[in-house]
Amino acid sequence: MSNEATLHNQDLAHHGHVEHGHGNGHDGHDHHHETFISKYVFSMDHKMIAKQFLITGIIWAIIGAFFSVLFRLQLGYPDATFPWLESILGHWAEGGRITAEAYYALVTMHGTILVFFVLTAGLSGTFSNLLIPLQVGARDMASPFMNMLSYWFFFLASVVMMSSLFVQTGPASGGWTSYPPLSALGDASIGSKIGMDLWLVSMAIFVVSSLLGSLNYISTILNMRTKGMSMTKMPLTIWAFFFTAVLGVLSFPVLLSGFVLLLFDRHGGTSFYLSELFVQGKVLPNEGGSAILYQHLFWFLGHPEVYIIILPAMGMVSEILAVSSRKPIFGYLAMVGSIFAITLLAFLVWAHHMFVTGLNPFLGAFFVLLTLLIAVPSAIKVFNWITTIWRGNIRFTPASLFSIGFVSTFISGGLTGIWLGNSAIDIHLHDTYFVIAHFHIVMGVSAFFGMFAGIYHWFPKMYGRFMNQTLGFIHFWITLVGAYLIFWPMHYEGMAGMPRRYFDYSNWASFNMFGGLNQFISFVVIIVFATQLLFVFNFFYSIFKGRKLTTPNPWDATTLEWTTPINPGHGNWPGEIPEVHRWAYDYSKDGKDFIPQTVPVSPDESQH
Amino acid sequence: MSGYLAVFVVVLIFVVIFQIAKASEYVSILKGEKKSREQSNRINGFLMIVFLVLGLIGVWWCHDLLEGRMLGESASVQGDGIDQLIRVTFIITMIVFVATQALLFWFAFKYQEKEGKTAFYFPHNNKLEVIWTVIPAIVLTVLVAFGIRHWLRITSEAPKDAMIVEVTGKQFNWIVRYPGKDGQLGRKNFKNINNEDNPVGQDWTDNLNTDDVISPDLHIVVGKNVKLIIGSRDVVHDVGLSHFRLKMDAVPGIPTTLWFTPKFTTAEMRKRTGNPDFVYELSCDQMCGSGHYSMKANIIVETQEEYDKWIAAQPTQYAQAHPAPAGTPAPAADSTKTAAAPADTTGKKVAMAETAAKH
Repeated sequence: MSNEATLHNQDLAHHGHVEHGHGNGHDGHDHHHETFISKYVFSMDHKMIAKQFLITGIIWAIIGAFFSVLFRLQLGYPDATFPWLESILGHWAEGGRITAEAYYALVTMHGTILVFFVLTAGLSGTFSNLLIPLQVGARDMASPFMNMLSYWFFFLASVVMMSSLFVQTGPASGGWTSYPPLSALGDASIGSKIGMDLWLVSMAIFVVSSLLGSLNYISTILNMRTKGMSMTKMPLTIWAFFFTAVLGVLSFPVLLSGFVLLLFDRHGGTSFYLSELFVQGKVLPNEGGSAILYQHLFWFLGHPEVYIIILPAMGMVSEILAVSSRKPIFGYLAMVGSIFAITLLAFLVWAHHMFVTGLNPFLGAFFVLLTLLIAVPSAIKVFNWITTIWRGNIRFTPASLFSIGFVSTFISGGLTGIWLGNSAIDIHLHDTYFVIAHFHIVMGVSAFFGMFAGIYHWFPKMYGRFMNQTLGFIHFWITLVGAYLIFWPMHYEGMAGMPRRYFDYSNWASFNMFGGLNQFISFVVIIVFATQLLFVFNFFYSIFKGRKLTTPNPWDATTLEWTTPINPGHGNWPGEIPEVHRWAYDYSKDGKDFIPQTVPVSPDESQH
Repeated sequence: MSGYLAVFVVVLIFVVIFQIAKASEYVSILKGEKKSREQSNRINGFLMIVFLVLGLIGVWWCHDLLEGRMLGESASVQGDGIDQLIRVTFIITMIVFVATQALLFWFAFKYQEKEGKTAFYFPHNNKLEVIWTVIPAIVLTVLVAFGIRHWLRITSEAPKDAMIVEVTGKQFNWIVRYPGKDGQLGRKNFKNINNEDNPVGQDWTDNLNTDDVISPDLHIVVGKNVKLIIGSRDVVHDVGLSHFRLKMDAVPGIPTTLWFTPKFTTAEMRKRTGNPDFVYELSCDQMCGSGHYSMKANIIVETQEEYDKWIAAQPTQYAQAHPAPAGTPAPAADSTKTAAAPADTTGKKVAMAETAAKH
């Protein structure tokens, strides 16, 4: 029997079943005939929109990660030349060595792309869309049309941001935070010319997309839960998406206001952020503005933003750890409570990014207190995850591995937050590689691990096929080891005071002792990047050629999405929406491996 | 050529990995899902424990390797407090780190799926949850208390006797202004700035300005409190003093201050580090444009006598902006040739940095 036949045979055995599920998926929706455009392009099906967010996010992730490879080449091999760089970057890499201007553009775009386009839109956009209706038992979002708009605004933002990469003066290059006056004055930096305008416009459109999405997620969760699905019966994923959306709705508008004022300063002659400037041999007329005002507006979103990134990952990891340990999540209410506490505190800690701006010391003391307070709910979550796998019966799928990896990196990166949140330590470590190490581990690597876990776990729901497990295992182990090799030593560079965002350290007596280490880090970056391409290949290959699902509930999970047919149509359930009778975590209860949420509680069941 | 070869090798490795992965999928189908799951559980469970052990060894090794390349003892009194706080935080977080990582990976290894075993239904336990809410809360309270104490001490008002130095950032170098004999800086206004003879915009109608000295280097006196008045001419910069463990943003339009007490002269540091070329550097730690990475000033920590000698030899910025008309005697500071020579170099240095920054 040939290999292909092995796979094919499997399909045949269950062909009837698959066909059945698929056919039924359309029953409730005979009235609308789907064309290619309405099904794949301007789709209003939340599942298709989720896939659109995911694939756009993957494309952005490849670009953003590739940028990091480029600037890591400069950091690791400052004296080497790479002629192929000139072929792709032209005069930005004359003679095969990227210029300082190009370096700063790459760093800025890497940050912008990964934070907003991948880990916000790609992560929350994908899984909120996919899972909210499926797990609360709704046919679609509260407003499918707004949901569609949310994706297309994101697409438009992507187009504008992408086009900024190709303008003559280059994209924005003032760092992903774009502090004025640097970002306000084209004379101060080449990246603050047209590239900055495109950046601001793109981000403004992005905020619109995010708001449309978030409002939809909130109203769907509050209003469209199926019968029996009280708030406390919702899986933790939904709680996480809910609070993520709340954070976004309350903080993104503030960011937008900051950007609008910056646009006025750039083109309207206003002085919101500008005062007493002498640039390029000229005295500027602006007086009375405050450059610090922008930082307040930016970080009022900027800090909640890191929770917008990490909360969905936390939710998915909670779910996946429970499923793969065959145990209920430990301390469900404490988990919900800690997400709520984190959400609340997220709004009250923004100034810890500004300890060295000349902030009032008394005010700074409060921000220290509130910042370190976040460690308490974070600690609760970590201990609860560890207790969840304690005495479990863990099945190692790529999803569960990435979930365990998430907990590991969240601990590592979270603990260094206790360093940086303490303002006295921050005075020394602010804007050094310690910060780079901290936030890359805790919100970069961790959020990516959560995202990978989610993709491996719900891929069968999205495409009716599995991703290749062996490739998943290889992907996980290389990425986990690589992430630690890259970011762990950076803590030491930071403790030595090595500043971030430096194009070259060779002229500094204080910071040039890490040349060998930087080279090592860059080498590992290249390997890890190549491994991510392996994942991307696995993803797209499996969409078309992956092993097909033979049962609608491949992970033996309790939640509602696995009660839909293997390939659900628009509307999700062919018949009635199932009613919910219990919470989502009845694993290994009363000797039963798992009890789906749809099974009524029997009178002789034990209480918990 | 070697580039193509490298790409070819990478693609080849990809293909091999993919073929292995594909083959293992076929095998697992033939073997049955259960058997293949048992196998992958065994492998991954084993790797969990390997990762834990090698990882902890790696953490120790990394520390051992890089510890020697740290900055050494803080060069300022204030930095000692920060170092102490770092040490305490390091110990606490390291204990938590090792304990939680060990539990996580050990549990993952120990409780991997086994035939006939069932998981323990354990949805919650109030006592446990209270314990691990209260303990972190107590530990953090201690850290917060210590941290805020240091923070308020460092950010407190500078002592009255502190010498005053003004540091102004611009793309892409630093301008340092000393108050001269009167100990007071003259008024300035950004509208007076010009790159030829008035880099910080001193107001020449203010008599306090007549003895102010401008230099590209920061000269400070060992054991003597120094208060930096920090500003910027163009974008946000940051005065980074890594050896002193201190940092403060330079914001246009909003002056900031920072005071500290240097502990070791540059000469002493040369002995302590065994590096005859040791030099304190002032770095820019806030992204300020394409020359950000090159925005440096040297810091010279010296004894009071050395400082007095140095400052006496510097021409005032006023003298440079108001060259004596030909024929009349030059002002006192410029009267001797020996003193005039460094004057020119200083002026030139600022001007050179100016042109370099424009590149």
